[in-house]
Amino acid sequence: VNHKRIGIFYMLSALVFFLAGGVEAMVMRAQLSLPNLKLLTPDSYNQVFTMHGTTMIFLVVVPVLTGFGMYLIPLMIGAGDMAFPRLSAIGFWLQVCGGVLLYFSFAIGGAPNAGWFSYAPLSESTYSPGPGLNYWAFSLLFIGASIIAGAINFIVTIATMRVPGMTIRRLPLFVWMNLVNSVMILFALPALVAALVMLLADRLLHARFFDAAQGGSPVLWQHYFWIFGHPEVYIMVLPAFGMISEIIPVFSRKPIFGYRLVALSTVAIAFLSYGVWVHHMFAVALGKTFLAVFAAASMLIAVPTGVKIFNWTATMFGGSIRFTTSMLFAIAFLLEFTMGGLSGMAFAAIPIDWQMTDTYFVVAHLHYVLVGGTLFAVFAGTYYWFPKFTGHLLDEPLGRWHFWLVVAGFNMTFFVQHILGLLGMPRRVYTYPDFPWWGPLNLVSTIGAGILTLGILLFCANILVSLQFGKPAGDDPWNAWTLEWADASALPRVQSRRPLWDLKHPESPDWVHEA
Amino acid sequence: MPLGPLTPHSPQTHAIAALFNGILILAGVVFLFVTTLVVYSIVRYRARPGAAREPLQVEGSRALETIWTLIPLVLVAGIFIFTVRAMNSIEPSREADRPPDLIVTGHQWWWDARYPNGAVAVGDIHIPVSKRLLVRIDSADVIHDFWVPQLARKMDAVPGLESYIWLEADSTGTYQGVCSEFCGAQHAWMQFRVIVESEGDFAVWLRQQAEPARQPANSIYEAKKCGDCHANGKGPDLTHVGSRQFLGAGISRNTPANMALWVRRPQSIKPGNHMPDQQLSDDEVAALTAYFEGMR
Repeated sequence: VNHKRIGIFYMLSALVFFLAGGVEAMVMRAQLSLPNLKLLTPDSYNQVFTMHGTTMIFLVVVPVLTGFGMYLIPLMIGAGDMAFPRLSAIGFWLQVCGGVLLYFSFAIGGAPNAGWFSYAPLSESTYSPGPGLNYWAFSLLFIGASIIAGAINFIVTIATMRVPGMTIRRLPLFVWMNLVNSVMILFALPALVAALVMLLADRLLHARFFDAAQGGSPVLWQHYFWIFGHPEVYIMVLPAFGMISEIIPVFSRKPIFGYRLVALSTVAIAFLSYGVWVHHMFAVALGKTFLAVFAAASMLIAVPTGVKIFNWTATMFGGSIRFTTSMLFAIAFLLEFTMGGLSGMAFAAIPIDWQMTDTYFVVAHLHYVLVGGTLFAVFAGTYYWFPKFTGHLLDEPLGRWHFWLVVAGFNMTFFVQHILGLLGMPRRVYTYPDFPWWGPLNLVSTIGAGILTLGILLFCANILVSLQFGKPAGDDPWNAWTLEWADASALPRVQSRRPLWDLKHPESPDWVHEA
Repeated sequence: MPLGPLTPHSPQTHAIAALFNGILILAGVVFLFVTTLVVYSIVRYRARPGAAREPLQVEGSRALETIWTLIPLVLVAGIFIFTVRAMNSIEPSREADRPPDLIVTGHQWWWDARYPNGAVAVGDIHIPVSKRLLVRIDSADVIHDFWVPQLARKMDAVPGLESYIWLEADSTGTYQGVCSEFCGAQHAWMQFRVIVESEGDFAVWLRQQAEPARQPANSIYEAKKCGDCHANGKGPDLTHVGSRQFLGAGISRNTPANMALWVRRPQSIKPGNHMPDQQLSDDEVAALTAYFEGMR
């Protein structure tokens, strides 16, 4: 139970599930590469897209961000460990149990197939009688408990274990954003847990929370799910904002521009994120005035988010920028995330949502946010902190290949999906007729996904190669400023009874003389 | 025939397309502006070799930060105003007691439309041109979504929730529609068409559609109990099945060969649909196919 170890465990398990989720994505892209293909049965396609979404959200993005936080936050605030080390451990193992449970459903007669949002009544036993959705719900209960445990742990650690002198205004932004994030988790996840319990009661105990014929309400599920689900979007992106807020300053050789505003705008995002969930339900007949309130809140979120983009750009302005792979990903993040934010703005304008929701335009939008945003930031963070984790630098030339392949592949895959949405292609379809342009654009998207995959494999190769042969990093390879770099990156390899003597006297190390 | 929301054929889809184009232009300007700033910064302020000195350490600027908080706020307020205006033009309020002109129901995985005179259309929904119809969107099972991108906003069909849209077309023609909410195994094949006709053509069609089929009863149909589903709303109504353009909600064209295949093994054409394979002999298939093709 050491925060570094558990942090690494979190990141490694996220990497494993990332590969699984990536395979699922490629299976989908293969099935959609041409019109009317029959590589998969409709039901297997539905299982694959459900698993892809659930995996990427609950088993990849959230855990990888937790892993970074678990490893780095104690170091950044000068604490010896997390406040509740055993809670960190049980959180991790609950997470793994949830993941195993979810994937076990493949083996016992079918994975869940109602989408990561599992709308009732499709998710009720009348329409999804198989066991898959029970596995889905139980698995998310485990993961939900794990995420809540992690959030409590972060809050207490940050609140009580800072070194003397580290006031709230001196907190590194990565820590700030994780703190806000953890508070958001505490308010959001219980809604998911409650919804899952109701769903399980419906499915296993013949309750009728979501059954309209029996006086229940399918819309109730949507409210619960999105009260969790929209803050969840920010939960998946705030720690990434935190990483960017550490990386851009160091490689621009300037402090973050407007520290207070960046921190405050994070609080604003967290606050607003609880008033926007209905924008996932604009196509439900809920009444114009009611919807307009949520549209206003959704649009307002663009303000604190836009502020951040400007502050990061202003940080680079006037600096002395070093283009490491980490910085390249951070710069790409700025542009891709802006793109995702702007398409999100379009969805907040309700009439546009009345046309575009549940089309490929949404698929494009959300991937610009979660891949172009969060994943790019995680790549930037990995290149930045890998030396701290392992004592080795990641290989830079390989890193450039990784970067350009991922940028090219990502934009090729998802940019054209905006156009597909504008041409009327709904999402979550296992195949499609040969309507004008649908075939060629889908083929482009699939080829792009192939390039993206190549880039990600290169990233995995880079990790393996650099672990073995990477340049030794020292404690502070980037000439950085926050406390984690004051910590030893890795203990020297012990080869004698006096390891530090060996270090200081390489010409006559102890192990030569030791018997 | 591109079928997306950007080739609008009704006043409300024109309004949505205009709003979209406006926001697209605004977003394009913002994106270009941000890109220019980023590119300028990284080109102008890239580290020069030999420049060991750290750059000037600037912590921020109240004035600048206030500006770039306020400008987005103003833009957002503008977008909100245009949004509300567009909403009001797309969804004018309706009189509370006005009965719907059309009741569209989503089923796993097909659509039907019921007209006030008792006519039922499956898959091919006819409407008169340039007439604003009030359409109620119902669901028979799970949540579906009724979407004809060129004619109207989409609307979720939620069991137990009264949902209405206005449907109108400004020119005759055939407009593609799809289900736009994930609804299970065959969500992909839950398509339909809205066929917009002149007032006269529509009246003729509607009268004919309300009449019973011009075929005597069929003994195989009776023996196999087809009516248990098809005559009571569980399966699509077959009264005029021979006149439809497609079978299986868009999965195959309505030709005698495809009809025979469907009658013989519906699961091989549309796996997971709710019609079981019927184990019919070749003669029975041929007889039923001829019977259905005659039901116009």
